[in-house]
Amino acid sequence: MDSLGNGHGLPDLPPVSNGKLLTSPDPLIDAPEESSTAVAPGRLHRRVAAGSRQATGSPNWRSWTRRLIPVVVTLALFLVAPQLYDNLSFLTTMAIYAILAEGVNVIYGFTGYLPFGYVGLFGAGAYGAALAISYWHVSGMVALLFGAVVSALISLVLSPLLRLSGAYFALATLAASQTLYYIVANESWTFGESGMSLPQVLTVDQIYTIAVVIVTVSVAIVVYIRDSHFGLSLRAIQSDRVSAAMAGVNVVRTRTLAWLISATLAGLAGALWAVMTSAFYAESTFDLTVSIYAIVFALFGGVRSALGPVFGAVVLYSLYQYIGVSNPQQFQLVYGLLIVVLVLFLPGGLSSVVGYARRRFVSHPFGRLGGRGDREIDTPGNTETAVAEGVPQ
Amino acid sequence: MGLFEFALLSGVMYGLFYAFVGIGLNLLFGVMRVVNLAHGDLIVFGGYLAYVVENDWHIGPLWAIPISIPMGLVFGYVLYYVTMPRLRRSADTETTSLILFFGISQVLQAIATIVFGANQVTLPSLGAPVRIFGQNYSLSAVVSAAISVPALLLLYAYLYRTRLGLETRAVMADQEEALASGVRVRRVAVTAFMIGVAFAAAAGSLAMFMLGGVNPVTGSQLTVTAFTVIIIGSLGNPLGTAVGGLLYGLTASLTQAYLTEWTGMVPYVLLLMVVLLRPSGLFGKRARIA
Repeated sequence: MDSLGNGHGLPDLPPVSNGKLLTSPDPLIDAPEESSTAVAPGRLHRRVAAGSRQATGSPNWRSWTRRLIPVVVTLALFLVAPQLYDNLSFLTTMAIYAILAEGVNVIYGFTGYLPFGYVGLFGAGAYGAALAISYWHVSGMVALLFGAVVSALISLVLSPLLRLSGAYFALATLAASQTLYYIVANESWTFGESGMSLPQVLTVDQIYTIAVVIVTVSVAIVVYIRDSHFGLSLRAIQSDRVSAAMAGVNVVRTRTLAWLISATLAGLAGALWAVMTSAFYAESTFDLTVSIYAIVFALFGGVRSALGPVFGAVVLYSLYQYIGVSNPQQFQLVYGLLIVVLVLFLPGGLSSVVGYARRRFVSHPFGRLGGRGDREIDTPGNTETAVAEGVPQ
Repeated sequence: MGLFEFALLSGVMYGLFYAFVGIGLNLLFGVMRVVNLAHGDLIVFGGYLAYVVENDWHIGPLWAIPISIPMGLVFGYVLYYVTMPRLRRSADTETTSLILFFGISQVLQAIATIVFGANQVTLPSLGAPVRIFGQNYSLSAVVSAAISVPALLLLYAYLYRTRLGLETRAVMADQEEALASGVRVRRVAVTAFMIGVAFAAAAGSLAMFMLGGVNPVTGSQLTVTAFTVIIIGSLGNPLGTAVGGLLYGLTASLTQAYLTEWTGMVPYVLLLMVVLLRPSGLFGKRARIA
């Protein structure tokens, strides 16, 4: 699994350390899931050390169940769903959002780059697949691959944007996606005015099956990133780019690879959507709400966890189906408030609640963690936080 | 006098208006590194206020400006204490604030849709067009430019002629060092929030005329435009914002005149070009490369 190798002969570096095996007084080390959005540099180093200490003593099957559970749960969820709710177009859209949320997870969760214009890559995938079908009459599977390739190529063109930090990256990707929209909407070779109209290349059942396979693969990719040396490099870059480079991480190559993986997932999702919808305009394809839902679903479930974004998509998209279709503005109000509450009170998403409950009631039955370590006093210009960000401007 | 001159002069007027739109955002981003994605929606609410003032109180829509300023100050104060104490604890304030304020923007848009409906809300024009150099310009554009210039000068005076303004510039340059030197960071931040929101609300009354009306989704477009304007200029520099606004206004106006269907693309392409070619903006000293 860990093809990159970790360089010091240990089996692997699971980021989780079981509290029982450690006697460290620092509660942060015991945390099985991240509760904040970024790892402070010192914390990461301690975790590397803790991870290697644990790796020597822990039975291997434990880490393998931890890896398999998210994949199996996702697969089971989407296989059982059609029995419970017989509306394949709804379930396929849900799966597409789950793929997008996992794509956001890869780039935002592990590197901190927020792809606000993620819909651009989704649209590139949709139009890549649609144009391949219209011009070359390719089969459905080839069209999907074509969409993924187009999206990956566009992400490579956009990769210089990764040099930008924070909000600049987010806004620049938004600008890029809107530029792409204007090109697609105004050109005639993209059927900008007449709209796209595709023949039926795949049956509804086939599309759903492919969507489920891609969701499962995307969860597996996140599990791999979470547990691998590659993911550790990504998080090292996120917490301190300069230190990561000094520790031997190839910063540019690593973050570009993450961006490419994320874009390919978006492209596949877009291509699936195009094949499923079969008739659409640039306006509905490059709709910013696609980016927004993907980000909100990922945040709601919890970024950096493998299952979180899938659960976020399942729960929130069902909610959307329930109230959003008839009353879109009420749904907008609900998810707007949800974002505010999540960011202010639950930055780790749903999965952090699960993680908190687990360490509160399983690992520490006596509630040793009553006082959370990350609680800080609100002083103006909290210097600790600022120092933890670390990267010189 | 042809199309070119007309586009040029109306570009300047629109540019001054967009500088006014961007200035509050610039203050917030420059001081607190907060990405206020709700900026455009606050402007839209200023526009709705002008609509209410005209239609329900019948006292002329421009009275909305003096009314909106105290409301903006109060709302900015509340907004600071609702968001900032918790936001500052997050590891990556900038990205986290972007998401948080995006949520606030969605809440504001939903409220606007529920209260005022999804359709465009418009007001009758302010008066007869003004004749300058033999061509007709809408009165609202002239009035907007005439209001924007003193507003920009007022902010300039605050930043460069008052003690709190000096402290604000210190916080913009380096927050920790400012704190260590005894600068009242919290007070600077609260004031920046209040002024930023008040400027947004005031710009809203003008947006009502400059954009031909507002609807709940006008805000998102305005936010992107405002970011383009402040990134073209530089963060924390009101002069830069003015130049950024003018540059944007001229580009948009010329595109409108000669390549009409591509007008909407202008802010995005400008934004991409600036962040890739000159990331610190035209007047910036600091690089913002990650």
